[in-house]
Amino acid sequence: MTAGRRVAGTEAPRVDGIAKVTGAARYAMDLSVPGMAHAIVVRSERAHARIAGVDREAAAQHPGVLRILTGDDLVAAGLTPYYGHVVLDHPVLAIGKVRFHGEPVVLVIAETRLAAAEAADLVRVEYEDLTEVIDADDALRPDAPLLHEQRAERVGDEGFDSGDGELTGNLSSIAQFGWGDVEAQVARAHLVIEGEYRYPMLYGYAMEPYNALAFFDQGDLVVYSSCQHVYMVRRDLARMFALPLSRVRVIAPYVGGGYGTKSYTKVEGMTAMASYFTGRPVKLDLSVEEAILTTRSDSARIRARSAFAKDGTLLAREFDIVMNSGAYTDNSPLVNAKTANRCFGPYKIPALRVRARSMFTNTVPASSLRGFGAPQGNIAGELQMDEAAVRLGIDPVEIRLRNLVGPGEELLPGKRPLDADLAADLRCLVDALGWPGGGPSTIGFGVSASDAGAYPTSTAAVRIHSDDSATLFTGSTELGQGSRTVLSQIVAEDLGLPLGSVMIVGGDTGVVTYERTTGASRTTTVTGRAIQEACKDARARVRALAAQVFGVGPEAVADAPAGVRVGDETLSYGQVIERWFGAGGEVLGHGAVRKADGFAKMPPFWEIGCSGLAVSIDRETGVVRVEHLVTIGDVGFAINPALVKGQDAGAAMMGMGAALHEELVYEGGQLMNSNVVDYRVPRFSDIPAQVDHILAQRQDGAGPYGAKGGGEGAGNTVGGAIAAAIGRATGVFPHELPLTPERVWRLLRDREGGPSR
Amino acid sequence: MRRTIRVRLNGVEREVETEDHVLLLELVRGLGLVGSKLSCDMQVCGACTMLLDGRPVSACTTLAIEADGRSLETIEGLADGTRLHPLQMAFVERFAFQCGYCTPGMIMAAKALLDEHPRPDAAQVRHWMEGNLCRCTGYETIVEAVLDASDPGEPHA
Repeated sequence: MTAGRRVAGTEAPRVDGIAKVTGAARYAMDLSVPGMAHAIVVRSERAHARIAGVDREAAAQHPGVLRILTGDDLVAAGLTPYYGHVVLDHPVLAIGKVRFHGEPVVLVIAETRLAAAEAADLVRVEYEDLTEVIDADDALRPDAPLLHEQRAERVGDEGFDSGDGELTGNLSSIAQFGWGDVEAQVARAHLVIEGEYRYPMLYGYAMEPYNALAFFDQGDLVVYSSCQHVYMVRRDLARMFALPLSRVRVIAPYVGGGYGTKSYTKVEGMTAMASYFTGRPVKLDLSVEEAILTTRSDSARIRARSAFAKDGTLLAREFDIVMNSGAYTDNSPLVNAKTANRCFGPYKIPALRVRARSMFTNTVPASSLRGFGAPQGNIAGELQMDEAAVRLGIDPVEIRLRNLVGPGEELLPGKRPLDADLAADLRCLVDALGWPGGGPSTIGFGVSASDAGAYPTSTAAVRIHSDDSATLFTGSTELGQGSRTVLSQIVAEDLGLPLGSVMIVGGDTGVVTYERTTGASRTTTVTGRAIQEACKDARARVRALAAQVFGVGPEAVADAPAGVRVGDETLSYGQVIERWFGAGGEVLGHGAVRKADGFAKMPPFWEIGCSGLAVSIDRETGVVRVEHLVTIGDVGFAINPALVKGQDAGAAMMGMGAALHEELVYEGGQLMNSNVVDYRVPRFSDIPAQVDHILAQRQDGAGPYGAKGGGEGAGNTVGGAIAAAIGRATGVFPHELPLTPERVWRLLRDREGGPSR
Repeated sequence: MRRTIRVRLNGVEREVETEDHVLLLELVRGLGLVGSKLSCDMQVCGACTMLLDGRPVSACTTLAIEADGRSLETIEGLADGTRLHPLQMAFVERFAFQCGYCTPGMIMAAKALLDEHPRPDAAQVRHWMEGNLCRCTGYETIVEAVLDASDPGEPHA
């Protein structure tokens, strides 16, 4: 598999390793600059209310206070006080009314954080209550209170697959499509499974809470932030202050966890406004409680129907999905569209009908979280495969194999054909799990194929220095996924240099080249290809210099492993550079990829999910433990296998958290568990007794060396797999996550005590 | 109230000005040692773990004045110049971190474990480390790294 490759395919140590184990790695949270002031947010204590007045007199008198800002101040200053990459509806500070409990209303800026916090306590906001709507199904009702009386401007470009259809009432977005005659297929079916499924509202809990540091430098806005998409944040900030893109510099140093939750703008607008109004550098650090009030994932309620022939062949599927998307649009239209695209699974389906509606509610705005849309829909689609297998007396592996889309076949009309062998992956998975005949534990598994939401716009630059070292410039952000290591490996491989000679500069819009986002598992595949193009360009430029040095035509110069060959002579890049310049010098190569050539068809790759597990259930307490976890990392080619396995391990553990413990709970208009005591994330004690991370490397991806994205897939199927395992053990397939001890205990009691749900 | 405390910080005697309400994490980060991280701010995630007289404490909920007259170790004091501590090497070799935000606290908690139990088994590691959260790795590689860094005198389970 690694034939002829020196660096790609090896478990090279992380290039950020030493910095991260010595405490030297700097995160936005760690930064300060001389003269820095601090901001504290005053948040709404109502879920839905008109702002009748803000009394900031007492707060303004507090020692050390520099400025107290409201949304009206931003409007009065002629700034654009809204952000949003799809719809421009998210106010930096509430304007006119509040739409969720915890929404930022007032910003207090003071000399110290303590002074700002003390003054914040003195701010009084007067509200006139409006009727609130918390549940997404309630938001659908014709008499439901309206969150947005007027629709804001749509600013999303072609890259945002944001659904279609007319948007009225509290409908934030809608995605609907299908093919074939569902009713006719249902009429001839041997078995129809129908059910309603629920996926919880989650918080990603990146351990570094949202924070930013902003200042103006000779009129240019500079923002350091714990964010994933520096270029997306740049666009929002440029619009707010009517600045050219070139005069907004967004820098993401090391990021303390992202998982999608740091996609797009969060606190950067507030921080930049604070700096604009005070003329000071301003730091805004949120607490974890505030971070939970900033972004969460969309919960889903899914009605699903699947029709099967007697032999288990799928005849039709129908999904009606309602997502609770919170108070503002943010990324929910994409999450909604992806839920629609992913819920029915990678199966051949003669007739399909899907409708997904994303609803505004008076809750924390929802946005991306690892696998966005995939885990929400997967539980319904996959559990119905398992339930059908039981009812038809067919092995659950067999029923999937009978229906899976094959390599090179179309899963969605007009999209990239499937670049994976799911049947082989599934066989490998169940072999590792010991299915059938797995002993006392109960086994569950599932598959998924996600149309990666990665619009393939990417650029990169590579400088080759006169000593044969190289610097890579990339707009991709290091979130922990290991992109700095993998991208350096690609440069070292393609330029024939040792890994230690490659330095990487990333996540700074003032320095590095454009990168659309760091999300949707795109970096290795899409950014990696742009980097390969940059390496190719740098080599071509060195060849051109060599032709001039030797006074020969370009055809007389060929590539050598780490330089050029002219006749019998081999020169390193550095030798060519020094001879052309006479002294010093360097060569700059640029690379770009777009929705063309290898990426002409969306998605740029299908992200594969194939994981399973064996659980034990304590019938006394309802406690479920994952005893054995198996993931198949179908990534085409693992440029750094240890990093791929790390992604699969992390994704699977997050999936286990969502399946067994995690859920944000609303009581009335208030979030009841916005802290990590009451919101329980996985711990050391949740490590399964046995873990196998297996890689499938068929070099069938569009990325470098046949690679394709990973890091979401392993988690996408875990929720459904755990529910299926519990279903096999108890005879009742649970339809709702998380499967907390209480829910499982009730399931068992209902099963033993009478009719089951 | 302002007062001066004496603390042996990473092996160096220091006199530090502080106030009664200041937390240990604020004090240490204010001195420029920002390796220790703030996350949950309520003593459940372990990101701020440092060693006070060799015992792990959550610096986010410990008052700075409690360090008076005592010895304090943070992640910055672990390596011997450019020579990494065995735990640091093992974390790199095992890919036992991703974003790295929990790593300083994780390594300090593990150091306290190995100082007290030089040859723990996997179950002991998991139990000891229960108070440190990581959202990236799924924990398995961290257990492996701690076992790798433990005293090789006896094979572990």
